[in-house]
Amino acid sequence: MGRYVIRRLLQFIPTVFGALFLLHYLTSVAIQLTGNPVRALFGDRMPPESVLHNLTERLGLSDPCLEQPFSPCFGLFVERLESIFLRFDFGTNFNLRPVTEIVAGAMPYTLRLTAIAISFELVVGISAGVLAGLRNGGFWDYWLKISTVLIISVPVVVLGVVVRDFVNIGFGNWLRGLEAVPDVISRGVFAPTWTPNYPWASLIVPGLVLGALQLAATARLTRSSLLENIRADYVRTAWAKGLGHGRVVGVHTLRNSLIPVITLIGTDIGALMGGAVVTEGIFNVPGIGRQVFAAIFTGETTVVIGIVTLLVLVYLIASLVVDLLYAVLDPRIRYD
Amino acid sequence: MTDPLSPGVPAGTQAPNRPEQEARPAPSAPPGTTPGEQREAGLVGDAWRQLRRNPSFVIPAIFILIVTSMAVFPRLWTSKDPLACTVSGGMSRNPPSAEHWFGTSILGCDYYAQAIYGARTSMLIALVATIGITVIGGLVGMLAGFFGSWTDALLSRVTDIFLGLPFLLGAIVFLTILKNRNEWTLAAALIALGWTVIARIMRASVLSSKHLDYVQAARALGGARRRLIARHILPNAVAPVVVYATIALGGFISAEATLTFLGVGLQPPAVSWGVMIDQHDGYYHEDPWLLAFPVSFVVGTVLSFVLVGDALRDALDPKLR
Repeated sequence: MGRYVIRRLLQFIPTVFGALFLLHYLTSVAIQLTGNPVRALFGDRMPPESVLHNLTERLGLSDPCLEQPFSPCFGLFVERLESIFLRFDFGTNFNLRPVTEIVAGAMPYTLRLTAIAISFELVVGISAGVLAGLRNGGFWDYWLKISTVLIISVPVVVLGVVVRDFVNIGFGNWLRGLEAVPDVISRGVFAPTWTPNYPWASLIVPGLVLGALQLAATARLTRSSLLENIRADYVRTAWAKGLGHGRVVGVHTLRNSLIPVITLIGTDIGALMGGAVVTEGIFNVPGIGRQVFAAIFTGETTVVIGIVTLLVLVYLIASLVVDLLYAVLDPRIRYD
Repeated sequence: MTDPLSPGVPAGTQAPNRPEQEARPAPSAPPGTTPGEQREAGLVGDAWRQLRRNPSFVIPAIFILIVTSMAVFPRLWTSKDPLACTVSGGMSRNPPSAEHWFGTSILGCDYYAQAIYGARTSMLIALVATIGITVIGGLVGMLAGFFGSWTDALLSRVTDIFLGLPFLLGAIVFLTILKNRNEWTLAAALIALGWTVIARIMRASVLSSKHLDYVQAARALGGARRRLIARHILPNAVAPVVVYATIALGGFISAEATLTFLGVGLQPPAVSWGVMIDQHDGYYHEDPWLLAFPVSFVVGTVLSFVLVGDALRDALDPKLR
C-alpha cells in the first residue's frame, strides 16, 4: 500500500510538469501572437515607455522570447518553475494581487458549489439508479432512461439559463410576493443570482445545475452496474441463505456495484471544479471559474497557470484517492 | 463491416432525401428468409438485426439523417438566404408567420433558413472533431497498448496530462490564442482536448486482446505486425470506440454552443446553432421562440446521437444478449 502510494505520487511529477508546460506554452504563444497584454491596462492612452517596461518586468512578462512567435520559452518556463516550487511564489495578477490570495478568496465558493453538486449526484443519482435497476423494464426504469438522456442532451449553458429564468426569476418572484415564505427561501434559495446575504442558500440552485449533468451519468452507471451484479452467483447465494431484501441489495449487491460509480464521481471532482466556469458565470458566483475565465481574456498568465495547475492537482489526487478506496470496497484488490 | 453500421454513424449521407430507406433491411438479410433459419453468426450482422427492430434506434437514426440532409443540402429545405437580413420595416424579431416559418432574428434574418444552414456548421464541427479524436486517440491507444514498455509509459503520461486539464478551460485557453476563429479552429480545440478518452478505451481493448490465444496463434503462424493489428486486434476495439464516438459527436454539438456562448466560439457572420442561442439569449422573456428553435435543434440532435450510441452499445455487447 505505502509503496503503491509513493509510486503513484512519483507519477504525478511528470504529469504536473507536463500540464504546467502545456499551459505555459499556450499562454506564451497567446502573448507572442497578440502582443504584450500589459498595454491593455492603459486603454487607449499611450503609456510612457519606461512605465510600460517597468510594469511588464514586474509582472514577469519581459522575457524577449515572448516576442518570437511559437518560441517555447524554456528559459521563462524554468524561471516560473523555480518561483513556484522553490519560493512558493505564484506571481500576481495585473493589479499586483498575489495569485495565492485570489485562489484563497475564490476557492470556498467553488468548493461549496462542488460539494452541493456531488452530494446531489450521490444521493439522488445512486437512489434513482438503484430504483431503476431493481425494476428493470418497469415504469421507474423507463422514466430514469428518458429523463437522464434528456438531461445529458441539454447543453449546460441552456440548462443554466432556463433554470435561472424560470425557477429563480419566475418562480422566485412569485415566492417573494408571498408573505408566508421565509426570506431564506424566497431571497436565498431562489435568489436570481448568488447573493452575499445568503452565501450557502443561494448556492443550492447553481449547485444542482452543476450536478445535473453528472447526475444522469451516475444514475445510468449505478443502474447498469447493479443489473450486472444482481445476476451474480454470490447474490443468488445470499438470497438462498434467506437473507432479507435490504441486506442482499444494500450490502451484497450495492457494495460491489458502487465501485465504478465511485470512479466516476472521483474523476468528476476535477471536471466539476473546472466546469463550474459556465454555472458560476450564469449565477454570478465569485468562484475560481469566474476568476480564471476573466484572467484568460485579460491575458493574466500567472492566474491562469496557477488556477489550472491547482485543478490538475485536484484531479490527480482525487483519482489517487479513488484508487485507494477500491481496496476498501473490494477486498480482492490489493496494492503492493 | 462498415455497411450495417452506416445508418447510425453520420456516414449515412447516401440517401438524404429518402429517410425512409434507412429502415429497410440490409442486403445481407433478404426479406424472404425468416429469422432463425440460416442466421449469420457475425457480431455486426446480429447487431444490425437487433437494431433495426429497436424504435429507440430507428427514430433517432432517421432524425440524424434529416439533420444530415439539412447540413449537406440546405437548399432542399429552404430557398432563402440565411444572411439576407434587414432590420428596416420592423423586420427584427418578428414572430413565426407564413412567410418566415420560425420568425426573424434580432438582425432581421429568416430564422428558419438560419436554423437549416446552422445545421451545416454545427454538424461539420462535430463531425471533424469526432473523426479527429478517433484517429488521434485510436492511434495513440493502439501504439501504447501494442508496443507496451516505454512507448506505453510515455504515451500514457501524455494522455494523463491532457486528461487532467479541465476540458472547458483548456478549450478556452486554446481558442483565445487565435485571432480569427472559425469552424476549423473550433474543431481543432475540441480535438486537442477530446482525444484522451478514445486513447484510453483503445489501449484497454488492445491490452485485453493482445494476449488472447487466437492473437498468439496468428503471431505464431508468422503474421506480420500490421496484419496482426488490422485483422485480429482492431476488430475487438471497434465496438467501444464506435459507441463512444457516436455519443461524443452529440457532445461536440453542445460544446460548440457552449463555447460560442462563452465568447470564444463562432461570431455572427457565421451561422450556427450556437451563434443563434448566443445572440438571442437576452430576449428570452419577450420572444421565447428565438431561443426555443435553436435549442430544440441542438437538444434533438444530441439526444439522437446519445440514443443511437446507447442502442449500439447494447447491440454490440455480446454479454448483454
